[in-house]
Amino acid sequence: MNDIHALSGAYAVDALDDIERAQFARHLTQCSECRTEVDSSREAAGLLAETTAVEPPADLRNRVLAEIKTVRPLPPIAPDTSVATTVESAPVAVQVAGRPQRSWLRGLVAAAAVVAAVGAGGVVWHPWSDESSDLQLSAADQVIQAPDAERFPQTLENGAEATLVRSKSMNQAVLLTKNMPAPPAGKVYELWLQDADLGMVPAGLMPDGASTVLLSGAAADAIGAGITVEPQGGSHQPTTDPVVLFSFENA
Amino acid sequence: MSPDLGELLKLSGLGDEAAFAQLYDATSARGFGLAVRVVRDPAQAEEVCQEAFLEIWRTSARFDAAKGSAISWVFTIIHRKSVDRVRSAEASTRRDTTYHQKNQPIDHDTTAEAVQASFEARRVRGALNTLTAVQREALELAYFGGYTHTEVATMLDLPVGTAKTRIRDGLIRLRDAMGVGA
Repeated sequence: MNDIHALSGAYAVDALDDIERAQFARHLTQCSECRTEVDSSREAAGLLAETTAVEPPADLRNRVLAEIKTVRPLPPIAPDTSVATTVESAPVAVQVAGRPQRSWLRGLVAAAAVVAAVGAGGVVWHPWSDESSDLQLSAADQVIQAPDAERFPQTLENGAEATLVRSKSMNQAVLLTKNMPAPPAGKVYELWLQDADLGMVPAGLMPDGASTVLLSGAAADAIGAGITVEPQGGSHQPTTDPVVLFSFENA
Repeated sequence: MSPDLGELLKLSGLGDEAAFAQLYDATSARGFGLAVRVVRDPAQAEEVCQEAFLEIWRTSARFDAAKGSAISWVFTIIHRKSVDRVRSAEASTRRDTTYHQKNQPIDHDTTAEAVQASFEARRVRGALNTLTAVQREALELAYFGGYTHTEVATMLDLPVGTAKTRIRDGLIRLRDAMGVGA
């Protein structure tokens, strides 16, 4: 990237795609001028919200205040430690009944016709000091930027792209998608982490329209991940063939 | 008279739900209005705001007053979630609809926040006049439209570098006109 500083304004107003956003976030760890500029640009951008106030429905307040009761605030990020933030996603039943691992895998391989390519993944090294704690990065960004982040890109037949980023040190995985079609009505995309013994373990539901999703669960020991279409509310085990399957074994 | 939002965030970080409710009351109209503007659909804007305020609650202890104001921090989270929501497969159909469509009619509420906001809004609109028309256009497409700078360039038939420069320069002018930031 010739002049990465030039992206600071776009970054401040979320006008970067996921790839550029991650690249610029990495740049920020090394450029205090850009950090200052992003902070002040965000101040300016936030002022634009003054011009579009709309009173929300009263029950939004009720829902928000009810929901915060069920979630505790995270502690401050301690400097010099890269703590993986816990994911407080909607409650998901983690228990997966033991299933014959091999036959499940065979079924998945057969269904992998929808997957155009299996990414080999790679390990990306970033030799800079750990200044990320200064930046209040989202948990997803921290995973993407982790020194040991492995990327597993896939292209689907319909042209959509899905990349799974896994960091063993952070024990988390993030899914990045592009042009992913909406799931069928009444259905939802469910994410899974593949465990060598337990098979596909629920890792959360993909929110409508999200293109960056932090998977729920321990990713360091996972041997793969997948996305399936499930009924609203998700399932304890996959009920359909995967839309995308990521294999970490080749890394 | 209005509460110190930084203080409310700090208290929220310690689990003070009443403080967070005050923070919500002080920011929800502007936050919801922003979400509605970006995602268009009020029902989705509600969902976005619910997710955003939950994240604001969860990460409230990580707000760093040295980096910027509490209100900017709150709106940054709401804006990012709004943009993440609107960037989906359905979003690609938005480019086919005219982006010069008229502004949606805004309900002007008589709550104290609305009155305060409209006073500040006048200041902001005045500051926006110090931007060139093309800077305003690029910035509005990026901020309110939720488009990437590359998409803005395509939509305005510009080289990619020009769009991101206009966005950046527009923000710097807005910042200077409002007297905020470093």
